[in-house]
Amino acid sequence: MSASTHTPRATGHLVDDETVGLRTFEATGGDWSDIAEEAARLGEQRIVVNMGPQHPSTHGVLRLMLEIDGETVTEARAGIGYLHTGIEKNMEHRTWTQGVTFCTRMDYVAPLFQEAAYCLAVEKLLGITDDVPLRASEIRVLMMELNRISSHLVCLATGGNELGATTIMTIGFTAREEILRIFEMVTGLRMNHAYIRPGGVVQDIPPGGLDSVREALVGVRRYLTQLEDLMLGQPILKGRLQDVGVLNLAGCMALGITGPMLRSTGLPYDVRKAAPYCGYETYDFDVPVSEGADCWDRMVLRIEECYQSMRIVEQVVDRLQASAGTPVMVGDRKIAWPAQLAVGSDGMGNSLDHIREIMGTSMEALIHHFKLVTEGFRVPAGQAWQTVEHPRGELGVHLVSDGGTKPYRAHFRDPSFNNLQAVSVLCEGGQVADVVCSVASIDPVLGGVDR
Amino acid sequence: MSDEKKDAAAAAKAGDTAAADAGAQRTSEAALEAGAQNVPADRSLPLEVVQTRHGMFGVHGSGDTSGFGGLVQTVALPGPSERPYGGWFDEVVDVLTELLDASGTGAPAALESVVVDRGELTLNVAREHLVEVARHLRDDQDLRFELSLGVSGVHYPHDAGRELHAVYHLVSVTHGRRLRLEVAAPEGDPTIPSTVGVYPANDWHERETWDFFGLVFTGRTDLARIEMPDDWPGHPQRKDYPLGGIPVEYKGATIPPADQRRTYS
Repeated sequence: MSASTHTPRATGHLVDDETVGLRTFEATGGDWSDIAEEAARLGEQRIVVNMGPQHPSTHGVLRLMLEIDGETVTEARAGIGYLHTGIEKNMEHRTWTQGVTFCTRMDYVAPLFQEAAYCLAVEKLLGITDDVPLRASEIRVLMMELNRISSHLVCLATGGNELGATTIMTIGFTAREEILRIFEMVTGLRMNHAYIRPGGVVQDIPPGGLDSVREALVGVRRYLTQLEDLMLGQPILKGRLQDVGVLNLAGCMALGITGPMLRSTGLPYDVRKAAPYCGYETYDFDVPVSEGADCWDRMVLRIEECYQSMRIVEQVVDRLQASAGTPVMVGDRKIAWPAQLAVGSDGMGNSLDHIREIMGTSMEALIHHFKLVTEGFRVPAGQAWQTVEHPRGELGVHLVSDGGTKPYRAHFRDPSFNNLQAVSVLCEGGQVADVVCSVASIDPVLGGVDR
Repeated sequence: MSDEKKDAAAAAKAGDTAAADAGAQRTSEAALEAGAQNVPADRSLPLEVVQTRHGMFGVHGSGDTSGFGGLVQTVALPGPSERPYGGWFDEVVDVLTELLDASGTGAPAALESVVVDRGELTLNVAREHLVEVARHLRDDQDLRFELSLGVSGVHYPHDAGRELHAVYHLVSVTHGRRLRLEVAAPEGDPTIPSTVGVYPANDWHERETWDFFGLVFTGRTDLARIEMPDDWPGHPQRKDYPLGGIPVEYKGATIPPADQRRTYS
């Protein structure tokens, strides 16, 4: 692209000016004026409704372009990109450790999954997957499963709220609060944790942390029971969700849909079972499936998955009790150091003991500190692909290293991004009101979609 | 164990040792070639050099003020592997080779190389045969890679003639396997046939790769930008596209944007 020859156009040529002589493709997307003009020209009784990007029931800044005939949706298209922040590009200019701080901000409802997937991929590139301490993997499992519950609760809560059931929303968010309190205690933050780092986790669970997890589980279980009582027998909810937004197994496989949507078609595909990571093969849990393939089944599956996650949390809490005092970060100080520096025992700032040591007693430690913090560690050249079971489906991380201290390329295959492709097939032919249910059953989080 | 089996086991063992020896030798070469990397890795592969860097901190044309001007570093990715690839990798490559030969395309024409690195299988595919390879991988009952997890673009500006790569990750739910297809295209002709006909899931992923890398996926008519605005000039995730940002002043010092700071290359 040469800047001097480029003339700004309202809808510019999509192919660069330098690629002359090639077959070029131009598509200008859905300009509102074009759609209106075309509708006027055809003179049909056709209405195009632009839902979003600032509509409260589109889970963030999703834009839906619906062509409707009466109350029936004849065409549905999703427009995304309103929350694109260039996280992948930014990660190429920061060290491997700093990358965690970026990827945690993608899907902000389930931040720990991006962190875990990214760190597992970095560890694969480094060849230290087997060196990660057991306790670190256990803490990762604990945090991920708690996060899965909190993410599903947000899905149920907002899904209910969009149908006008405010109580579902308040109970869901109150239950999620119990889990966010654990996150705050363990990581220091309610979101944007940057807690899981290449080689392990930043710091151990604070004293009394496991007791708090047990207490929180009791609370979450109580709220979930309330939610079940409120939702599962509800005739209005059943009427709104059953046989709405149906997508069968063949459709899911073709569109690459994973997660609760895929499992609602009867296929028990779960990355935790299919390609275990963080020692998931050693935990006892089931993959709930159902056959209905509609919005209702997806909702019920999410509730059941919460219970399965609680089963895993109970097991991992016992294991953490047994492994107390063992390391939570890989032994290699070159990898562990920059990570350990970021958070002190109070959950904020630097470790004061470490500062005292490097500033007062050891010149070499100061030099190493400086090099590791400014330059970071090097990762051998190559590429790695790591997937984890995200609450919304299969989250993939593609990392490429050129042997340097920064990722050469970091790509996230976000499940929401992929699953949103199903909007058309879920909504077309249905009612306008069902669009809200269908989108809620995909459970997209636009921070992850747009990255 | 019968004698025959014993012999076979012994032969396999001997083969392993030979392979390991060769690997060890290559490792030392690789270490020399790849320059100083302070994290050791299990390198038993020949290397594919994609870039050679000189100096450090990105300084050029101002004399060797840093003292690192003479430093030469090569950037090399794992190169083609040799058989046996290990595990089910051989079986998949064999079946695919058979299918490609049977269809008249010929495996050597379609499969440029096979890379096994870090326990992952990568098939480097010639772009004109990508769709056929994808179709075989999806449809054959012994392969059955029915789930595509999207496309990821990578830009290697110094890898002449193969600057733009598209990387596909496939999953076989039936057999519990995963593999990677990698396709390269030159910057002057950034076209790759679209795989949407085989994997409809790749629709938005191809649009994203077009948006960020300028890879044109041919054979589909609706290749529009998806993340950036429709009239956005350029493709932001190419390496020569600036990150953007402004210098920030803090207590009298000026801190340049992240992509203009000194780097340890």
